[in-house]
Amino acid sequence: MRSTLVVARQVVHEASRRRLLLALLLLTLVVIALTVWGVSRIDDLRNGGQPLSDAQKKTIVSQLLILVMFMFSWVLSLAAVFVASPSISGELESGIALAILARPISRAEYVVGKWLGLGALIVAYGASAGIVEIVAVQLVSGYQPPHPFEFLGFVIGEGMVILTFALMLSTRVAGMVGGVIAAILFGIAWMGGIVGGVGAAFNNATITHVGTATKLILPTDGLWRGAVWSLEPSIVIAAQQQVGPAVAANPFFAAEPPPAAYVIWAIAWIAVMLALAIWSFRSREV
Amino acid sequence: MTIAGGAIRLEHVTKRYGKVVALADLSLSVEHGVFGFLGPNGAGKTTAVKILLGLTRPTTGSGSLAGAAFGSKASLGRIGYLPELFRYQSWLTAREVLALHCELAGIARARWPSEIDRILATVGLADRGTSRVGTFSKGMQQRLGLGVALLDDPAVVLLDEPTSALDPVGRHDVREIIRALREKGTIVFLNSHLLSEVEQVCDAVAIVDRGKVVAQGDLAQLLGASSVRVRATGISREARAAMARFGELDDDADGAVVIKGIERERIPELVSAIVASGARVYAVEPQHESLEERFLSLLGQ
Repeated sequence: MRSTLVVARQVVHEASRRRLLLALLLLTLVVIALTVWGVSRIDDLRNGGQPLSDAQKKTIVSQLLILVMFMFSWVLSLAAVFVASPSISGELESGIALAILARPISRAEYVVGKWLGLGALIVAYGASAGIVEIVAVQLVSGYQPPHPFEFLGFVIGEGMVILTFALMLSTRVAGMVGGVIAAILFGIAWMGGIVGGVGAAFNNATITHVGTATKLILPTDGLWRGAVWSLEPSIVIAAQQQVGPAVAANPFFAAEPPPAAYVIWAIAWIAVMLALAIWSFRSREV
Repeated sequence: MTIAGGAIRLEHVTKRYGKVVALADLSLSVEHGVFGFLGPNGAGKTTAVKILLGLTRPTTGSGSLAGAAFGSKASLGRIGYLPELFRYQSWLTAREVLALHCELAGIARARWPSEIDRILATVGLADRGTSRVGTFSKGMQQRLGLGVALLDDPAVVLLDEPTSALDPVGRHDVREIIRALREKGTIVFLNSHLLSEVEQVCDAVAIVDRGKVVAQGDLAQLLGASSVRVRATGISREARAAMARFGELDDDADGAVVIKGIERERIPELVSAIVASGARVYAVEPQHESLEERFLSLLGQ
């Protein structure tokens, strides 16, 4: 356990020394500043010369927030891929891991330590940037999304899914390869969500099943839909549902949260992937 | 220092990577002193060390390191290791790297500062403790790696090509460090292809080539088969035949005869035989084969 925490602390230490945290902080502040500026300009919008109604403003702010948060979740997930995919393979290639693994530390402790350290970065970045963004928008526009804490849970969960997957790949393949695989699968899962929605819209069972399968195989998009739902005021859900079943294909809309069973699936998925990473690294010769 | 269960034991260890045989039925036992594991590049030296540390698994065979199973915490808690491919966290200072290893090795926190100071002084980095490893030259990184391996006075130290990045002064320093370890009773396993280095510090050696041990034993014993140079006049055909019974003959440029591969104990007998044949002996000079000559002749076989 002590060794696990030593490895985890080293991950955070490295991120801070290499100024990764600083870069993320500065870029996030820029995004938040731009959002705040954008939201503050909504009052100036006119519809046929008339100021917008409160409902219209709320709709626009909520949609804007979803778009910004989509970008944010995308950055969070890709950052997770970039830091996790070379985290073990890179240390093996450079030789840094040789001296560490020759200490009384098990392979499992090493992998779990890396996962905890990387996970702490994802949770810290996801929570802090998400909260600051939501609070900033609320201060400027008065709009508060209906389920902010659920939103943070879903977005951080999405980051943890892709992080654990990239870490598992890192026990076997070079960082560049693992990063590309994880990023492509992340994109495919997102596309799978849209495809599944199209299947639902046109009542095509095969296409719907493809969408469901991708949601289960890599639960990033499924969790993203939960994050979207958390940010939607009820008027937006009502308005979108008028469009009909085709709206299910919209990656920026979710009529309802993912069922509890899906959330449990995602958590179990992370646990199984971490176990797979441990098994893979244990059986790897370095 | 004697370790229950043996310091280093490899019993019939074979390692194959697909069709490539990295180690073929390697058996070794080291109980004390400085052991040199010699061989050309690609002979399987690093593979053997990695098997001892549990970083790589043997295809067949067994053994132990510091009296415990390969790669077990009991074993790894009693050893120090300098990898051949040494790199340390460039974003840390030398002191921080050592502190990290103090923590992983389970050294009580109160002892860290004094232990780190001692190690930095031992490896000649006392004035660079607070510098980032990223600013270090290769030689300095190797010194740091040696320091990491020496933390907390391990019972067994495995050094894989410890002087590969060092200048002559650095090499001399490392030899002194290894000699000091021997004085202290630490068991040192030295992987090297630098024969002079091994010759100067090792008590025993094994020479490995293409995964096989081709010779093993005390250095003196291994170099025991030496040659002797005889300067004499009146060497008849019979005298030459008598000399040839002791070893292979070779005529030196200045007229002396060199008898190769003769054992030391037989030199007086040789002299008697030459004298008995009627030749007049002016000088008998025993000549030791250098480790390099021995190494090359073994690899040639």
